[in-house]
Amino acid sequence: MTFQPQSDFGTPASTSEAQVSLTIDGRTVTVPEGTSVMRAAAEQGTAIPKLCATDSLESFGSCRLCLVEIDGRRGTPASCTTPVEPGMVVHTQTPRLAKLRKGVMELYISDHPLDCLTCGANGDCELQDQAGAVGLRDVRYAVEADHLNQPKDHSNPYFDFDPSKCIACSRCIRACDEVQGTLALTMEGRGWDSKISAGLGSDDFMGSECVSCGACVQACPTATLIEKKVVEIGTPERSVVTTCAYCGVGCTFRAEMRGEQVVRMVPNKDGKANRGHSCVKGRFAWGYAQHQERILKPMIRGDINEPWREVEWEEAFAYTAAELKRISESYGKHALGGITSSRCTNEETYLVQKLVRAGFGNNNVDTCARVCHSPTGYGLKTTFGTSAGTQDFDSVEECDVILIIGANPTDGHPVFASRMKKRLREGAKLIVVDPRRIDMVRTAHIEADHHLPLRPGTNVAVLTAMAHVIVTEGLADEAFIRERCDWDEYQHWAEFVSDARNAPETLEPVTMVPAGELRAAARLFATQPNGAIYYGLGVTEHSQGSSTVMAIANLAMVTGNIGRRGVGVNPLRGQNNVQGACDMGSFPHELPGYRHISDGETRKLFEADWGLALDPEPGLRIPNMLDAAVDGVFKALYVQGEDILQSDPNTKHVSAGLAAMECVIVHDLFLNETANYAHIFLPGSTFLEKNGTFTNAERRIQPVRKVMTPMNGLEDWEVTQKLAQAMGLDWRYDHPSEIMDEIARLTPSFAGVSFDRLDEEGSLQWPVNEANPDGSPIMHVDGFVRGKGKFVVTDYVPTDEKTGPRFPLLLTTGRILSQYNVGAQTRRTENVVWHPEDLLEVHPADAEDRGIKTGDWVKLSSRSGETTLRVTVTDRVAPGVVYTTFHHPATQANVVTTDFSDWATNCPEYKVTAVQISASNGPTDWQEDYQELSEASRRIAATIEAAE
Amino acid sequence: MSDTLATLVRMANQIAANLQHEADPVAATAEHIELFWDPRMRKMIRHHGTEGLSDTAAAAVQQLAASQSAQ
Repeated sequence: MTFQPQSDFGTPASTSEAQVSLTIDGRTVTVPEGTSVMRAAAEQGTAIPKLCATDSLESFGSCRLCLVEIDGRRGTPASCTTPVEPGMVVHTQTPRLAKLRKGVMELYISDHPLDCLTCGANGDCELQDQAGAVGLRDVRYAVEADHLNQPKDHSNPYFDFDPSKCIACSRCIRACDEVQGTLALTMEGRGWDSKISAGLGSDDFMGSECVSCGACVQACPTATLIEKKVVEIGTPERSVVTTCAYCGVGCTFRAEMRGEQVVRMVPNKDGKANRGHSCVKGRFAWGYAQHQERILKPMIRGDINEPWREVEWEEAFAYTAAELKRISESYGKHALGGITSSRCTNEETYLVQKLVRAGFGNNNVDTCARVCHSPTGYGLKTTFGTSAGTQDFDSVEECDVILIIGANPTDGHPVFASRMKKRLREGAKLIVVDPRRIDMVRTAHIEADHHLPLRPGTNVAVLTAMAHVIVTEGLADEAFIRERCDWDEYQHWAEFVSDARNAPETLEPVTMVPAGELRAAARLFATQPNGAIYYGLGVTEHSQGSSTVMAIANLAMVTGNIGRRGVGVNPLRGQNNVQGACDMGSFPHELPGYRHISDGETRKLFEADWGLALDPEPGLRIPNMLDAAVDGVFKALYVQGEDILQSDPNTKHVSAGLAAMECVIVHDLFLNETANYAHIFLPGSTFLEKNGTFTNAERRIQPVRKVMTPMNGLEDWEVTQKLAQAMGLDWRYDHPSEIMDEIARLTPSFAGVSFDRLDEEGSLQWPVNEANPDGSPIMHVDGFVRGKGKFVVTDYVPTDEKTGPRFPLLLTTGRILSQYNVGAQTRRTENVVWHPEDLLEVHPADAEDRGIKTGDWVKLSSRSGETTLRVTVTDRVAPGVVYTTFHHPATQANVVTTDFSDWATNCPEYKVTAVQISASNGPTDWQEDYQELSEASRRIAATIEAAE
Repeated sequence: MSDTLATLVRMANQIAANLQHEADPVAATAEHIELFWDPRMRKMIRHHGTEGLSDTAAAAVQQLAASQSAQ
């Protein structure tokens, strides 16, 4: 596809169903009521000159370039702020308008550098385009004073700010306000002195509250705000729409290219998940794809103490297959297993689980969703009948009250957080249940109506107490429950929650949430017309993760908040393809489509298609694999796109498990931490180098399109296929579309999905089948998938992880905006300027007790292990609670976390670890030993020879 | 008791504690283990006996053992 800028209709589309017809330049056009004249003209193909208008922002009417004449009206109104009316007759091009526009443009240009030929935006500048559109040929004004020598701001690693080129249209400010919702930018000064400022006059962009989402850069009509890459490389010459490989929001982007080089990633206006917005990761942090540390050749070694030896692909596949066969013959087929990745495509994930089931001959396949959203699968399948969220993201626009529990959307799901904030600014109410004072509790123009700062580990108690209030105060939606849920089960549950032991007052000593505040929050949630619940890993990563998910489902059902827009249960998925990895049969007990492996009829379907018999028994989950490895019965593991040593809990146990295996195969972009224990390394490809699909948190299946040749020579699905072929399987896929065809053939909820349909529609939300040929934006509209909604009694069972004199504090972990998961990608980008190391948040009271200040090094100890990191003292955490991230291997926060896990799914209890902190003056012995191991393990023979 | 067995005992107790409000907590616990544990894990817990198990978990494990014997 040749390069075409995204179309810009000038003002947002109207959602009105009423239609209005008018005449523009002699042609009749019919548009929704509320549409601006500018947009109506654009929709009929007439581009009215404009500068301050763009269709991602509300009309502003400041540039005076979009003037039109309207029959029967005086003057020349701005078309961007003038709504259409029936019978209106508009003229967009008259001698009077031409003269006015040329005069306006002349004023703009009189104070603008005339360096177009050397400007980074040459050829991609709206000011340049509009000067041409209005026919400006000279500037008559003598320059006595100007703004042409303003100092540039290069402080942001991804974009420059050159105020000399600013035309003060305010698009950047409005983008920050309306789209991103950070309100970091302002217009400083008045009149001639007006200038864009990132906060205070003394602030540069890096020093401001700017979160580098890129909305201002995208909105800028000149080169005032411009990507450094465009300045460096030049303007793009083609674009490909693809899907971001970061979080579960699933933003689509236009990868704008020159040859095989990405110039920039621009959020796709037609993206139904992101609606043209982006965050610092998807927009800018893609440089890891060409990072010098990428491994591009396969490598093998006989022992993890040896240096790596580079080999050709053929040798790598033959060696890997031989090792797997040797281990299978020596120890039995159950000694093998595989881990799929939520960072990889549906097709790749499907193939890995197929390789395990069909090639290894067992069901020892698991996925990184084990350690994040496996309780969502269990909880929502039990209560609703489907292991997925109920809404699309657009649904938030109709919420009246939003309950966020165990999620930090501004950091973890920033693009959706912006949409949520927009709805909150429009007046929706907000309840936040979180031990930390996350940004959503109080941020620009937003303040939570209720923040319930619960003690970590007491989610179930808080939710049950809320249900207690709703049931005992007569706020339950009985009509909904009688119609949609099992009434007997409801009565059993209602009796349980109504018990005095579940009253907020009774549970306050456990939850630490003031009963009055909890009661008020419950009443608010139950009494608004549309209540929606959004949750994240602060719900799932607990010993009662699955119970909490079911308690959330109970809360939605008892208030009738299921089955329409503006309501629902919405798991915010951590990684880009968590939903897809789960859909694709990555769990050891389920085939694709969440069908249990013991289901003979389903097994027969796959057996007939794959031409072999399947093991009917569930396989091992990741932690069970590691236990079995330590026990000496699990010997080989194929890990695609995951770094379990850094991401999984109790690092020492993970390393012991990996060290006990005879064949660890890591298929990844980089020599990650798990690769320290690997015997075979298969280089992976980035999302820019392959075709496939991701499925986001709203069940939206979206295309991933190859924009450059894989640097390693193979897409990941090809690597898995060639490995399968080396093991004797007759796989003959020529393209990922054929894998999707197989998925659709075998998975009822994907029956109507194909690459062709995805190309036509842009995306599809499963289920896509005969009953829902165009997909399902909202689930459970006329009834639950399981029939009647199931209320499940969720009694609060305290975790086994207890604080005490040795470990008096509770550690909870999470992520930060600029980094992603184990940081493998983001640490290899400029994002490190925002988060170069993991920090430990400590409450001032706890810090003072221990004589610790911000910036001090501390030893963080638990029953599992200890590490050191620096402290930031903040009352964002409650007394007795400390918090850190797990993005940096030098910290290895998971050295400290424990083996405790969710009762139903074994999802680790990352969010509750009893710890102690004490002043420290250096790394722990473990950190030093690990650093030594890590350096030794990354030796590559060819590199050593070259060095010698 | 090996670390793995200790983990399985803890897991069985957790399952039993969280299914205590089911109509038949013992059967529910046994069914959960049957559906989600691999054969080796089930075999280990069956052969373990009742040490460290809650009453419900112990009864569930016995039910699993009886079911296995009947097959």
